[in-house]
Amino acid sequence: MALLEVRDLSVRFVRKSEPTVSAVDGVSFDVHPGSTVGLVGESGCGKSVTSLAIMGLLPGRGTEVTGSVNLEGSELLRLSRREFDRRRGKDLGMVFQDPLTSLNPVVPIGLQISEVIERHRGLSRRDASREAAKLLERVGIPDPDRRLKEYSHQLSGGMRQRALIAMALACEPRLLIADEPTTALDVTIQAQILTLLKELVAETGTALIMITHDLGVVAGMCDEVNVLYAGRIVERAQRHELFSQPRHPYTAGLMASVPRLDSPRGQRLAPIEGSVADNIPWEGGCAFSPRCGNALAVCRERAPELETVEQGRLLRCHNPIGAAEMERAHD
Amino acid sequence: MTDSSRTITGAETSPVGTDPADTLVEIDDLRVHFPIKRGIVLDRTVGHVYAVDGVSLRVGRGETYGLVGESGCGKSTLGKAVLRLERPTGGSIRFDGTDMARMSGEPLRRMRRRMQMVFQDTLSSLDPRQSVESLLVEGMRAHGLDRDGKSTERELRELLSSVGLPASALRKYPHEFSGGQRQRIGIARALAVRPDLVVADEPVSALDVSVQAQVLNLLEDLQEEFGLTYLVIAHDLAVVRHVARRIGVMYLGGLVEESDSDVLYEQPLHPYTRALLSAVPVPEPEVEDQRERILLSGDLPSPAAPPTGCRFHTRCPWRQPTRCDSERPELRDVGGGHRVACHYAEEIRDGIITPNSVEGNSSAGVS
Repeated sequence: MALLEVRDLSVRFVRKSEPTVSAVDGVSFDVHPGSTVGLVGESGCGKSVTSLAIMGLLPGRGTEVTGSVNLEGSELLRLSRREFDRRRGKDLGMVFQDPLTSLNPVVPIGLQISEVIERHRGLSRRDASREAAKLLERVGIPDPDRRLKEYSHQLSGGMRQRALIAMALACEPRLLIADEPTTALDVTIQAQILTLLKELVAETGTALIMITHDLGVVAGMCDEVNVLYAGRIVERAQRHELFSQPRHPYTAGLMASVPRLDSPRGQRLAPIEGSVADNIPWEGGCAFSPRCGNALAVCRERAPELETVEQGRLLRCHNPIGAAEMERAHD
Repeated sequence: MTDSSRTITGAETSPVGTDPADTLVEIDDLRVHFPIKRGIVLDRTVGHVYAVDGVSLRVGRGETYGLVGESGCGKSTLGKAVLRLERPTGGSIRFDGTDMARMSGEPLRRMRRRMQMVFQDTLSSLDPRQSVESLLVEGMRAHGLDRDGKSTERELRELLSSVGLPASALRKYPHEFSGGQRQRIGIARALAVRPDLVVADEPVSALDVSVQAQVLNLLEDLQEEFGLTYLVIAHDLAVVRHVARRIGVMYLGGLVEESDSDVLYEQPLHPYTRALLSAVPVPEPEVEDQRERILLSGDLPSPAAPPTGCRFHTRCPWRQPTRCDSERPELRDVGGGHRVACHYAEEIRDGIITPNSVEGNSSAGVS
């Protein structure tokens, strides 16, 4: 039984005198306890909006959220604001990309963490503060008692991200969403934070949704990976299968366009031509077809459906990579 | 590549640094210190930020030199100092034989035509109220390269086509382009004055992964087409390794290791380089599952109060009780142009010194 079931989630931004923008378009996935699910894609693919929709953090006005987000049997999308406030922070935690803007600059770190504990676990301020110190120590911040009294600007970037993780973990949520948690950090600090997240998942059994554009992070962290393009999942597979044999041309294109540390110098990169279009043009065919080297005539007429092609792999493509090879062999 | 080195014998393919005439930029003991001021009436200097503190390196003509390091290591300041956008506190920068560090006024302005910069943030480095044409012509006009309308027009079209933009882009404004296209405009602007050296400070880190590759390939093509010399500054080791022939690794204002990019990857000698390489995620689950990360404790110390001795000793897993905290290691050649600033580089390489267990508190409390 899945911890979180997202079914046919769509988010549309409706604006007066402007066309409606569909940011997320029918996304479905499951998250099991203790597992890490990755949402991967470039800017504008809808990965962050998906996470905000799950957390109930999208603005009420001008957004239409449809579909279902089910956490352990309760439907999150139908919760009232107040009910959601009770769940958020307790059952669901979130770590954002930019720790400086996610922390309140005029409230000490300690108070920001103990506030969560006071509110959701009903501890006294004193006990909550003691608990906060324990959490800071848990996430690897040395001298936690001193740090509790400090403000976010007094901490380094890595330290802030640790504080943010401590806050998200304060009530031992069953689901943690990390939205580009290491993108703003240096590589050596990134390694520290990723190791920390991995340990937390292994020790506490928290489920983790990892949102990132960095395929290297995905390769090391996620059990199952969803690749998003223009608001839809285009490929889903277990990480070993996905990386050893990407089937969707977009997934393969992403992998070929990243310079790798262990590839010889002078090897030319194979970029994906063009760039992501602003509007989501799935109606008139596959949204990726203008950039796709594998595109057929049918790709520009009819949008492909997400189909199970093999055990554990879903694919949204008329002409996936394996198929083209078979055809070439046939010729 | 191997083919050309076999058929062409001579200076063109010989390793850089052997022939002084082949050196375009030579930096010697460069220091850039920023004063920290206190007080409103009395403008006292209470200390310095040692952003760049004694860096020596040379960039060969037609070569790509990659400078890597984490935020706050001084790599961008070094890049700016090379273009004299930052006045050096000490040391010398020789560009094609001329010392730039003490140049000023008109000779400096004229010199700047030969060196251009490509910035990270394409939105803030292009004036939103200037059309692409005006952006490109501005530099040409300043350096007297815009003689008559016809030839300039033709030149601009050629320039745009070499960065992969249509001629219709000339009449448009920066906001009408995507991030990758804007970076192409930034590159075209740098090339408009026909420079010898291009300093690219994080040229692709603000772009989407699929677009990064386009821009990296473009930089490569342009180097070949115009015979450019690049100084590429980036935090992403994979990007730098991809484009650069020589790589310098910076830590807290100093160069800790410098070598050929393949050698650096095969056999990093400085403990910091080792940690950095082990931290970069590789998009392959098998590699990720097996590799051992060298986790550094704590954060970068403040460049206003750098540690004594080796600047890395507070975080170094191979730290030794002697020399490391008292004597700053010189960048020394350990063979084949591989330079490293570590007292114990050979012992670490040969496995005589093994990493200490990392203690969380001993060094992480630097604030």
